[in-house]
Amino acid sequence: MSKATCVVCEAQIALPDGCSEGELLVCTDCGAELEVVSLDPVAVEEAPQVQEDWGE
Amino acid sequence: MAVLRILFTRLRIEEKLLREAAERQQIPCELQNVTDVFYGGRNFCAPEDVALARCVSHYENESVASILESQGVRVVNSSRVAALCGNKLQTTLALGTAGIAQPEFRAAFTPKAALEASRELGFPVVYKPILGSWGRLLAKANDPEAAEAVLEHKSMMGAIHNVFYIQKYVEKGGHDVRAFVAGGLPICAINRTSPHWITNTARGASASNMPLDDDIRGVLMKVHGAIGGEFLAVDLFRVDGRWLVNEVNDGGEFRNSIEPTGTDIPGEVVRAAWEARPR
Repeated sequence: MSKATCVVCEAQIALPDGCSEGELLVCTDCGAELEVVSLDPVAVEEAPQVQEDWGE
Repeated sequence: MAVLRILFTRLRIEEKLLREAAERQQIPCELQNVTDVFYGGRNFCAPEDVALARCVSHYENESVASILESQGVRVVNSSRVAALCGNKLQTTLALGTAGIAQPEFRAAFTPKAALEASRELGFPVVYKPILGSWGRLLAKANDPEAAEAVLEHKSMMGAIHNVFYIQKYVEKGGHDVRAFVAGGLPICAINRTSPHWITNTARGASASNMPLDDDIRGVLMKVHGAIGGEFLAVDLFRVDGRWLVNEVNDGGEFRNSIEPTGTDIPGEVVRAAWEARPR
C-alpha cells in the first residue's frame, strides 16, 4: 500500500485503493486536508482553500 | 475512438462515481485533471470525444468549456448552460422569460437601491451573491438595520458583490427539494431537511426520497426547456400549493442523493453525456 507523508505533521498516510491525482485526503493525525499531486513518486500538498466560485 | 473525458480540478466523490458508472456501461472514459493545463497549444480532446465539465471552479469550468467548444469538442454541460447557471441573476431572467414561478426577487446596483428594493419586497429578505454555491455568503436580513450592515459590507467586497440580488425570504417549512434532470428528463429528487434556513446538504441538511409526480415533472421539463443541458440539479420550494424554482446548478453534486432515491444518478449522467457525443 502506497503511503504519503503529511506536509503539515509528517505522519504517514495510507493512500486508498485506486487513488488518483487530485484526490483529497485527510491526515488522520493532524486533520489537515491534503491533495494528492503525484502518484509516482507519491506526493501531497495542503489542499487549496475554497474559492469564491467553487461549488455546483 | 471517442472517449468520455471527465474534466476535473478536485477529484470529488462525484467524479469517481462518474468514472465507475462509465466503466459499468463500457463507455471509454478518462479522468482528466486539468488543474495545470494551459490552452492554446496542443489540444487534449479529439473532435469525436465528449467532455464532461466537472471543474469545481465555475469560471474555470465555463472557460474550459468555451475553449473546447471553439476547438469543435462537444462539452456537457455547454459553456452557455454553465454561464446561465453560474450567475443567479441570469438564471432568474431565463426562468422568468419562460414563465417559471420563482421566489420574488429584485436586482440593484447600489446599497441605497438594494435597501429600497428590500423594503419593497418586505423583510425578511435574503441577499445572495450572483456567483457562488454551497450556501456560501448567503445573508438573511430580518430588518432594515441588519440589511444596511450587510449591504455596506457587500459594497466593499468587489464588483461582483455590487450586483445586489435580493430574494424575498420564503418560509419553506424546514425543507426544500433538490431534483435532478438528466438527458432532458427528470430522474429523481430528494427532500432536504434542516433546522437551519439554509437547507444545503453541504451544510448538514439530511436527505430523503421525494417521489416525482406529474406536477414537479412538468416544472422540471420547463426548467430544462429554459436552461438546456444534459444534467441539471434544480432546487425548488413548495409554497401555497405550487412549486417555486430557487436555483439551477450545472455541475450538481449528488453523493447524498443516490442512496435515498435508489437512482443511479452517475449512470444517468454519463449515459446522457455519451449520447451527446458527435456521431
